[in-house]
Amino acid sequence: MQHSARYVITFAAAICAFCSIFVASSAVLLKDRQEANRALDIQKKVLIVADLMDEKESLPAEEIRRRFEKNITPKIIDVATGSPVDGVDPATFDQREAAADPKTSRPAPPNAAKVVRIPNHAQIFEVIEDGALSAVILPIEGKGLWSTLYGYLALAPDVRTINGITFYEHGETAGLGGEVDNPRWKALWKGRQAFDDQWQPAISLVKGSAGPPDQDPHHVDGLSGATITSRGVTNLLAFWLGDDGFAPYLEQLRNQKGT
Amino acid sequence: MMSKEREALLDPLFDNNPIGLQVLGICSALAVTTKMEVAFVMSMAVIAVTALSSVAVSSIRNYVPSSIRIIVQLTIIASLVIITDQILKAFVYDISKQLSVFVGLIITNCIVMGRAEAYAMQNPPKLAFIDGIGNGLGYGLVLMLVAFVRELFGSGKVFGITILQTVNEGGWYVPNGLMLLAPAAFFLIGGFIWVVRSYKPEQVEEDFSVGALFEPGYEVHLR
Repeated sequence: MQHSARYVITFAAAICAFCSIFVASSAVLLKDRQEANRALDIQKKVLIVADLMDEKESLPAEEIRRRFEKNITPKIIDVATGSPVDGVDPATFDQREAAADPKTSRPAPPNAAKVVRIPNHAQIFEVIEDGALSAVILPIEGKGLWSTLYGYLALAPDVRTINGITFYEHGETAGLGGEVDNPRWKALWKGRQAFDDQWQPAISLVKGSAGPPDQDPHHVDGLSGATITSRGVTNLLAFWLGDDGFAPYLEQLRNQKGT
Repeated sequence: MMSKEREALLDPLFDNNPIGLQVLGICSALAVTTKMEVAFVMSMAVIAVTALSSVAVSSIRNYVPSSIRIIVQLTIIASLVIITDQILKAFVYDISKQLSVFVGLIITNCIVMGRAEAYAMQNPPKLAFIDGIGNGLGYGLVLMLVAFVRELFGSGKVFGITILQTVNEGGWYVPNGLMLLAPAAFFLIGGFIWVVRSYKPEQVEEDFSVGALFEPGYEVHLR
């Protein structure tokens, strides 16, 4: 069957218009649901690192929301000064977007974690249990071997002891660097010390095994077969616990507690 | 008529399985078969996309200018895949994160395009729909079989429920790490094709020889 060029072009245009209506409407109609899912996913990650939820259990959305609202206060802070910022809604704040936008971020000084831009504001979470602060949760990110690792670090109220760590997004090799999300490896972090006596970031991954937390507080087992991912984790922690990261905020917390 | 529909639905399951006989769609079969749950959602997505794209292509088959028919099929398939991806993100967020790029890659899954071009362009919408479902099921069947073996021996579970208690969780079973890596799916699919072809020898391809080119009827094999 031969068709005129005009028919072919009209036909192609009609198909495109028709398909784009479907694609556009599905994207618009489902947007709210997808965003609710994303928010819920973040709440879940925070609950897991705060030890308020087991990684393996699957809870209904309302229960996750209830636990989150009961125990966790999201806060927006100014990264450079460490002070809380008013007028930014934690529910809609997107730190990655903020870090990408030149208006809401600044270039990072050269660093081993290969963080390119530091957002002016960051979202942290304070865990309140029985009316007292029981942990602070800081967002962390940095380069591994193939990908940028995104995660959370939970510190005890003394802001020195690590309560937990989690990486919720990465593209490292499954079975090697990908073991950053292995629950058994993550369990090794609990009780280690993030800072030394001069409040310098001191935690690092070592080749092989580190001792128990009370004897070897500044070291964690490296990931076997994943030297570069391990180094990446050390570097990103040093960066975010350091002066360009959350050191100002953590210092304020320490002073508040008078330690 | 009934038998034609039956054939369209059941033929792709064993006699003309898209993975087993046609050896299509291998890429995603490697990637999403470490867990049955994920493989199941992927199968459903592929069934939906093949069935709906076949209907759509079939219903406009008499109007499509043959010079742009491939790109028209691709446009339809791509739109359906994007919509499927959006739906998965909205309703099964966790699984959609595990499927990541592979939902998007359904576009490049040869099964979908193969059926649109080979079947839907020549048959009425109803038959094309059934054929799409059948081929999606044929793909899904192999996916589920592979995922069953990989999940059971790789992590001791079936649909996330522990069957073999692994050593890491205090049991006795030492998981076979190979099962979690892509090559395992190659071995399993290879084994599956071998079993099916021993059982149905007519599926074995004839040895290729230059002489065959000059034999009458060779064109039949050129598909």
